[in-house]
Amino acid sequence: MSSAKSVEVSDLDLYYGSFHAVQNVNMTIQPNKVTALIGSSGCGKSTFLRSLNRMHELVHGARVEGSVILEGQDIYAPDVDPVAVRSQVGMVFQQPNPFPTMSIYENVAAGLRLNSRRMKKPAMDEIVERSLRGANLWEEVKNRLERAGSGLSGGQQQRLCIARAIAVEPEVLLMDEPCSALDPVATLAIEELIRELKVNYTIVIVTHNMQQASRASDITGFFNLEESGKPGRLVEIDETETIFSNPANKATEDYVTGRFG
Amino acid sequence: MASSSSDAAGAGRPGGSFRRPGDRVFSGLATGAGVTILALLAGVAIFLMIEAWPAITAPAEDIPGGEGLWHLIAPLAFGTVLGSLIAILLAVPMAIGVSLYITHFAPRRLSQTLGYIIDLLAAVPSIVYGLWGIAVLGPAAVGMHRWLAGNLGFIPFFEGPASATGRTMLVVGVVLGVMILPIITAVTREVFSQTPRAQIEAALALGATRWEMIRMTVLPFGKSAVIGGSMLGLGRALGETMAVTIILSVSGAVTLNLISSGNPSTIAANIALNFPESSGLAVNALIASGLALFAITLVVNMAARAVIYRSEQALR
Repeated sequence: MSSAKSVEVSDLDLYYGSFHAVQNVNMTIQPNKVTALIGSSGCGKSTFLRSLNRMHELVHGARVEGSVILEGQDIYAPDVDPVAVRSQVGMVFQQPNPFPTMSIYENVAAGLRLNSRRMKKPAMDEIVERSLRGANLWEEVKNRLERAGSGLSGGQQQRLCIARAIAVEPEVLLMDEPCSALDPVATLAIEELIRELKVNYTIVIVTHNMQQASRASDITGFFNLEESGKPGRLVEIDETETIFSNPANKATEDYVTGRFG
Repeated sequence: MASSSSDAAGAGRPGGSFRRPGDRVFSGLATGAGVTILALLAGVAIFLMIEAWPAITAPAEDIPGGEGLWHLIAPLAFGTVLGSLIAILLAVPMAIGVSLYITHFAPRRLSQTLGYIIDLLAAVPSIVYGLWGIAVLGPAAVGMHRWLAGNLGFIPFFEGPASATGRTMLVVGVVLGVMILPIITAVTREVFSQTPRAQIEAALALGATRWEMIRMTVLPFGKSAVIGGSMLGLGRALGETMAVTIILSVSGAVTLNLISSGNPSTIAANIALNFPESSGLAVNALIASGLALFAITLVVNMAARAVIYRSEQALR
């Protein structure tokens, strides 16, 4: 199986053109833990998440300063290929986005076929099954692997996307509000899955749902804006229990107790 | 067209009771537009049938050429399809390449300018393309024709003898290809640029390179647009008159040889050349050839629809 890795973020500043979106983030993301990032809309937590696998730079004019060190290597060093970074750091998005023209099987296998990797059919079958089991989806789809992934329910599609992400055995798994488009039952299924996945992966999840952060995460980081137009900053990061019961910062307390945002 | 507008009218009538006047007017206009298209198409078909009928029923020896309608039209249909096929084979890969470059590779500012230039190409009148073909491309291609005849002469397409003027089916195909390139590019570019961002990001986040991302998301998403755009282009190539009339040196021979001076004409060019001097049954025969062109275009379009439909049904 893959080996979870820690991520060391130092003095990270993120920009969209001249707009300073996130200012001076320092944090250590611990292996085999779920780190939740909470904060109001527009505080830069999604932007920060996307900087961890170099998806931030896909936006026209986006820039990054500072360093993100994964396994001793700064992923923003000039000689690092973003394609290689993204195959080490997987991502699950807010809206389930299986490839609509591919079957369930092909969706899970999509990452395995990249970069001209060749793989025999039995080996591929095995990884597809293992990934679908890993995403708690195997029992539901094992008899219709050749059907379109877009025919599944929203929650199943999101688990399919998780299976697709873990099939390439990343070291870190990023999740950008993975449950915000799902109903409560599907949400609980995904949260349970997240707790199981941390055995093998380092997980960072952005969420608007504070119950979700308190249920599913070990560490919680709170992002905030001083005022609109100013860059977002990481106000506080600590054990989830501490953040929700006894935060060090007043703004954090206001946010988690619902007096704000 | 008509079916979608009547669907819309149905949706605006829950329970069949009250309807707002604005809805009624709009649905009337939309239905009218749909019906007009159908009526126009039917009108053209009926006109062609009525005018072609005397030639279809006439004895063979009365048809110009003396060998019957089939012998008149078949070589023309062959020439029409051959020239258009060359055009499509050249233009479609080129259009896909240009569209991908504009939508996913070019720097922003360049891609906009390039888009305008391609659209401008679509506005050049076909007579200009014809003049360019006969005055520039044809003479310039003579050397290449000789080379093809000398080195690839074993392929039936390049059997030779090479034309000394460049007024060949190959040059016609190239000129038609240039003519239809902007139409196909305009359609594919528009759809490629609308590939859902979520899918593009899904592919990139898996560790796909830009080309792999295009193969996984942009091309499948744009497939029906590529086919649709190609059909628009093919329609123009099949019906193109001026450029072909000017360029092609015609002998009426049915041959796959693309580089000799003896070429089959095309239906549209043949009508343009002969209509002014024709009378009586000869006019009916020309209109019958027009009916054949109409049928070819219709069949090609329906085949394309079928391809799109089947590829959409494949994953249900």
